[in-house]
Amino acid sequence: MDQGRAMTEKAKGEKAAGERDWPLFEVFVRSKTGLAHRHFGSLHAPDQAMALDMARDVYTRRAEGVSIWVVPSAAIVASDPGEKAALFDPMAEKAYRHPTFYPMPDGVKNI
Amino acid sequence: MATLDRSDALFRYLLRLGDTALVLGHRLSEWCGHGPVLEEDIALANVALDLTGQANELLTYAAEVEGRGRDADALAFLRDGFDFRNLLLAEQPNGDFGRTMVRQLLFDAHDLELQAALQGSTDSRLAAIAGKAVKEAAYHFKHSADWVIRLGDGTDESHARVAAALDALWPYTGEMFQSDDAHAALQAAGIAPDLQALRLRWRARIDAVLAEATLAAPAEGWMQAGGIAGRHSEHLGHLLATMQFLQRAYPGARW
Repeated sequence: MDQGRAMTEKAKGEKAAGERDWPLFEVFVRSKTGLAHRHFGSLHAPDQAMALDMARDVYTRRAEGVSIWVVPSAAIVASDPGEKAALFDPMAEKAYRHPTFYPMPDGVKNI
Repeated sequence: MATLDRSDALFRYLLRLGDTALVLGHRLSEWCGHGPVLEEDIALANVALDLTGQANELLTYAAEVEGRGRDADALAFLRDGFDFRNLLLAEQPNGDFGRTMVRQLLFDAHDLELQAALQGSTDSRLAAIAGKAVKEAAYHFKHSADWVIRLGDGTDESHARVAAALDALWPYTGEMFQSDDAHAALQAAGIAPDLQALRLRWRARIDAVLAEATLAAPAEGWMQAGGIAGRHSEHLGHLLATMQFLQRAYPGARW
């Protein structure tokens, strides 16, 4: 609630309250038990609790999930696309890091 | 008064429940494409679809109990207003978003308690329908309560709007807890719950939400009545004119 009130105060101080004043949240959904949460998309919401409600309504309408995380988009620190070559290209020729030299047992999924 | 036949009583009670879900579901569907933000537009459509789904199950059961060859579609689309048994609250116009949320809160708190109680109904079909509906009602209540709290405890304007909506809609809450001969017969048979006990649990939920929303419940006073007896406000006819248009204009048209 505190964050909700803070948003309302902010809206009053600047301009008419509207969705443009709502912060952006990133939505992560665990599609079934045992799997990791996966990034599903983003949405605007007035606060964290409403973001969770809205994520449920927008991203799990077709029974996609068993668990939801919402994270303020501003809290995400992202790598710079301009540094892509320096960050990732050196791995391209290190084939020995891939577990492709081992036979995988039957029945192992999600790798 | 002649003793009410058990199946007549059940038919009327199922219409009360089913018509209320159908009419309120249709009201919420009117928001589709008009929601204040995209996310909420989808949320309102989800609630509308939950209620329409409940209406489908309840009216299907009602048609079977009636045993005159009608089905849920015939009950939904080919009856006139005076045959509808929905609560007057359900047919009240949407107004602004705050008013829709207040209407929904008043209904959802009641629906959550009602479905929870109906899970223990001696009618196993009704208990099974309630077992599914109670989960939907729990989310509907959370959703409408979250909004009323934020609007009531929001700006001066949002507070004034939901306070006015609460005053306007409060007189329609009495009917949710009003018994009639059909309900009394079913309550005696353990099929329908005690509505006075339900009212106390409803009031506790509403009071908790209103306190957090910095809103005051209106004083107890005169209550509107008539919906469950087929006497409706003028709004229902307009709603049915839209909802039933296709089947009236093109009888038997299928998807």
